[in-house]
Amino acid sequence: MATPLVVSEVAKSFTMHLRDGIRLPVVADVSFSIKAGECAVLGGPSGAGKSSILKMVYGNYAVDQGQIIVKHGDQLIDLASASPRTVLQIRRDTIGYVSQFLRTVPRVSALDVVGEPLVARGEKREIARERASDLLSRLNLPERLWSLPPATFSGGEQQRVNIARGFITDHPVLLLDEPTASLDARNREVVIGLIGEKKKAGVALLGIFHDADVREAVADRIIDVTDFAAGKLAA
Amino acid sequence: MMTDEPLLRVSALSKFYGSRIGCEDVSFELWPGEVLAVVGESGSGKTTLLNCLSTRLLPTSGTASYRMRDETWRDLYRMSEAERRFLMRTDWGFVHQNPADGLRMTVSAGANVGERLMAVGDRHYGNIRASAVDWLGRVEIGEDRIDDEPRAFSGGMRQRLQIARNLVTSPRLVFMDEPTGGLDVSVQARLLDLLRGLVTDLGLAAIVVTHDLAVARLLSQRMMVMKDGRVVETGLTDRVLDDPRAPYTQLLVSSILQV
Repeated sequence: MATPLVVSEVAKSFTMHLRDGIRLPVVADVSFSIKAGECAVLGGPSGAGKSSILKMVYGNYAVDQGQIIVKHGDQLIDLASASPRTVLQIRRDTIGYVSQFLRTVPRVSALDVVGEPLVARGEKREIARERASDLLSRLNLPERLWSLPPATFSGGEQQRVNIARGFITDHPVLLLDEPTASLDARNREVVIGLIGEKKKAGVALLGIFHDADVREAVADRIIDVTDFAAGKLAA
Repeated sequence: MMTDEPLLRVSALSKFYGSRIGCEDVSFELWPGEVLAVVGESGSGKTTLLNCLSTRLLPTSGTASYRMRDETWRDLYRMSEAERRFLMRTDWGFVHQNPADGLRMTVSAGANVGERLMAVGDRHYGNIRASAVDWLGRVEIGEDRIDDEPRAFSGGMRQRLQIARNLVTSPRLVFMDEPTGGLDVSVQARLLDLLRGLVTDLGLAAIVVTHDLAVARLLSQRMMVMKDGRVVETGLTDRVLDDPRAPYTQLLVSSILQV
């Protein structure tokens, strides 16, 4: 079976055209792969480029150089050069993402926000809501909030909606951008449990966790992002 | 929802007004169920492009082909006027910024919706009325307002009515020109949410012209940024907004006020 995610020789920089075209190199020569059932954690200080790597793998940031090969169904696709349409299909079926902050949509209930990735894949809305309820109750989100739009929720409540939304599908690759940052100890435990279940199910996980306890509990391997520091070769 | 063939293929489309550029060398493909946002400032050519695509305006050069319901491909600019009008009335919708441009202001709300159905050959009064009630409900206009003229409606209601009028014939492609422009913020939010839901549920393809990047983020999967008639950047909407590459896109994104 092919490796679900292989990143090779990826480089990324930002060119700030409004600042006289100044070029900010972020990372260079990023290479790693993640096996099915493995959770790799991106390590390194803030500003090292961890989030940028995660965003490139999700197709949210453009890639300057290199390849990001994803096993999408029985095809191997280079995300770095894929068309927007292909990236959308990969997001629907192959790569899931739990972002740091929930982007709320006016008037859509928490239950539907969580169930939406299933509906997008053709699941019935009732079934999606049922699965969403299961996850939200596991994450201890009070039931009275389920029918409300999450815009007014606290940071921790929004984060749990976001986690439920990311974990509801069976995407073979799951990206986690500090999913436990604003959670209390009890809910951190729940997330550690959910990650463990994903690993057992053969999902390849790539995450950023600032919380050392969570990192130790879930990481099979730390990928040190400072190894990919742009300009390191020149220094 | 996603098929292997696009619905619309646009190639090297240009429109000149004399020697002035309206839009130049625009090419893209649009698939069923896909929402494309065209953003840029006024004068960037986005409305000219929309008018060319919807055949309200003929381009100076370039082609646009559309996949008809019978799966045949037709060149939009070689169709007869009658064929184009039929397409406009059935398979396409056009939502104007100003609802008065897309509605008949002196006939009832129900007739505004029913008229499009009659245009596609529906003659049964009871069916037409039932569809009108159903569609008014879907755009959150109460049944008790069906006999009122849009003149008596608020701006937000008029815009919702215009949407109902456009969607009642189950079009496959809808053009929208600043659909939330000129509305209060709270009314905008409601309309956007409604549009988002309808587009997803009906699997519509849409081309939305807007200068509002938040509208583009909420409604579209793909985005095209225009400046001086030319496309300066295209890509996934979240990629263009979170990692803008072109100088002009960076300027647009950095000009958004944070609330």
